[in-house]
Amino acid sequence: MKKVFKPAVAAAAVSLAMLSQAAYSAEQFFPIPSYRVGAYGANGQAFYGGFIDYLNYVNMKDKGVNGVTLTWEECETEYNNAKGVECYERMKGKAAQSAGPIHTMSTGISYALIDKSAQDKLPLAMMGYGRTDAVDGSVFPYAFPLVTTYQMQASAIVKFVKDKLGGNLAGKKIVYLYHDSAYGKEAIVALNAEASLNKFELVQIPVAHPGNEQGAQWLKIRQEKPDFVIFWGWGVMNQTALKAAQKVGYPRDKMIGSWWTGSEEDVVPAGEAAKGYMAATWNVAGKQVPVIADIEKVVYGAGKGNLQDKAKIGTVLYNRGVSAAVLSVEAIRKGQDKYGKGKSLNGEQMRWALENLDITEARLKALGATNLLPEIKTSCANHEGSGKVKIQQWDGAKWVPVSDWIEGNKGLIHPLFQASAKQYAKEKGITPRDCSKEK
Amino acid sequence: MEFFLEVLIGGLLSGVMYALVALGFVLIYKASGVFNFAQGAMVYLAALSVVGIMEWGAPLWLAVILAFAIMTAFGIATEKFVLRKLVNQPPIALFMATIGLTFFIEGLAPMIFGSDPRALDIGIVDEPIPWILDNWNMVISKFDLIAAGVAAVLVTVLALFFQYTRIGRALRAVADDHQAALSIGIPLQHIWAIVWGVAGFVALVAGMMWGARNGVQFALTFTALKALPVLILGGFTSVPGAIVGGLIIGASEKLAEIYIPPVMQDLFGGNFGGIEGWFPYVLALLFLLVRPEGLFGERHIDRV
Repeated sequence: MKKVFKPAVAAAAVSLAMLSQAAYSAEQFFPIPSYRVGAYGANGQAFYGGFIDYLNYVNMKDKGVNGVTLTWEECETEYNNAKGVECYERMKGKAAQSAGPIHTMSTGISYALIDKSAQDKLPLAMMGYGRTDAVDGSVFPYAFPLVTTYQMQASAIVKFVKDKLGGNLAGKKIVYLYHDSAYGKEAIVALNAEASLNKFELVQIPVAHPGNEQGAQWLKIRQEKPDFVIFWGWGVMNQTALKAAQKVGYPRDKMIGSWWTGSEEDVVPAGEAAKGYMAATWNVAGKQVPVIADIEKVVYGAGKGNLQDKAKIGTVLYNRGVSAAVLSVEAIRKGQDKYGKGKSLNGEQMRWALENLDITEARLKALGATNLLPEIKTSCANHEGSGKVKIQQWDGAKWVPVSDWIEGNKGLIHPLFQASAKQYAKEKGITPRDCSKEK
Repeated sequence: MEFFLEVLIGGLLSGVMYALVALGFVLIYKASGVFNFAQGAMVYLAALSVVGIMEWGAPLWLAVILAFAIMTAFGIATEKFVLRKLVNQPPIALFMATIGLTFFIEGLAPMIFGSDPRALDIGIVDEPIPWILDNWNMVISKFDLIAAGVAAVLVTVLALFFQYTRIGRALRAVADDHQAALSIGIPLQHIWAIVWGVAGFVALVAGMMWGARNGVQFALTFTALKALPVLILGGFTSVPGAIVGGLIIGASEKLAEIYIPPVMQDLFGGNFGGIEGWFPYVLALLFLLVRPEGLFGERHIDRV
């Protein structure tokens, strides 16, 4: 009896030790430098609410990713660069063992972290913002401007406008009204390239921050009589532009904004003035997307929702937060396929996973995310992975998609990224990776 | 010429909106000799109170009355808990207190009423007046004209109040010297509570006009940035000065935004637009060199 008992006890002890080790390590940690207060707090609330709700949803519905529980810690940045860096420094120690991609939802904070995160080997996700030449992963191994970039978005908008104006832009006039900041200026290089290619006149009109007064700009637009206005606003500038367009009688259905001008928060305060206005988006709004409806049922049904205001569920920014989390979780799945199912991934492993994403329509359907976001396939040479947007229109109560997914002119735009990344590598003394050797 | 006039008139009307905010600064400065850093936050609090109360089901008129009550209570509380302890302290101490007040309001207001940007419909559509558009091909907004009317009434009432009422005279006495005013029996606490209440009312009017124009949101606190050059130009102690300063700033920034960038572009290349953020400050700085007390400000003379 003793002979049987002793090995059994030893085996049980070893199993328990292994189990506890597994339980200890089976976590995937997300450092989240978020913002929920301050000037842009409303945007952050919806985005990070959606992001955390999806992580919770995966934990509750699937018990994590192959048994790995998703955990997170939020740190308030108030959309302030210095605070963003402080949050990153505070959380990076915890992220050293297991790290999900870091989403700052801020171009400024992304710029501030881009070198640090590469040094610390922690992947930085910049979905639809940030340093866009990081599309070239040979120079920026740890930075991921996933899905699409300002430049590809601008190119896709031009494609849409061209279609609207009968397939020919030659001799037409487009005004580019933009926030006079790095964000606003990002798209100029792409629009100039498109203007040369399509032979249209591009009139650039900057608006000083914060953009709560645009009388002069809109009188100029009235004088210019453009065929379309492409609009790159942020915060209060968005509602002011819509109201000012109404004031000078410019039709709102001839205005197309970037995705930072296309949420409910951007149009509701403008009231009737916003009706008919269009904006690009890389994720659709609404609760008709199965995964969004299921989050409400599973997570909020159990009283574990992240948002106090349930009305935000299904809004553009909420669904964007969910989309960002879907991509992050899919990256974890991809990483586990390579590095071991049921294991947490460190920053380097997560970087590989983000660089090898392949989310097809079939996979999106399986996730209940059909049409929530476009297909995405990343590589070392292409950290963007898609370059597609939809155009949506505000009908006075909700955003309605008015186009299919539109891809920007990759042949025209991506060489611009490569040239910029090459210049950056030269300035910083970086030797670019050989992407042909990356697997 | 037609376009020039359109820009000029549009600028003058925008200037009135700046003056509405500047008036609140002038009131506090006249009564306490301190620059109230929290005025922009008060504009935000007032407008947010209106939309917040309306969301709870109240009609606009009731929301405005309750918001006014909130602003008055806020004024009295500011006097009791912040300013009373600082009587006879240097103005910089009072100024620092108002900075603290700013952050307090910016945190408290959205906590109570929520931080989502919201529309405020006061029944005036911001559209061009068709008759002017048809006859002169000029865009003049009905909303801006009404805002100008509101500002004119407000300035007239405030100017009369300061000039011809006992409280107005007491306010001016307090502004000149706290201690001397106290020594002749002027109740400083009451005066400060009244003036903060009136500044709250002005903030409510400004908040409603700006909120109806651009939506009620945190960015209303930025309206203070537009008021600073107006104050430098008009003088910190003059109610009519706030209006005249507003008109000058509004018109000059719009004309500068339209006419300076093309000239700079011809000379140096590149894009020089978006100057209306800093142009009023440069103008105000140049003005300071010539007339430091502003157009209508009181000239300060120290006897040695």
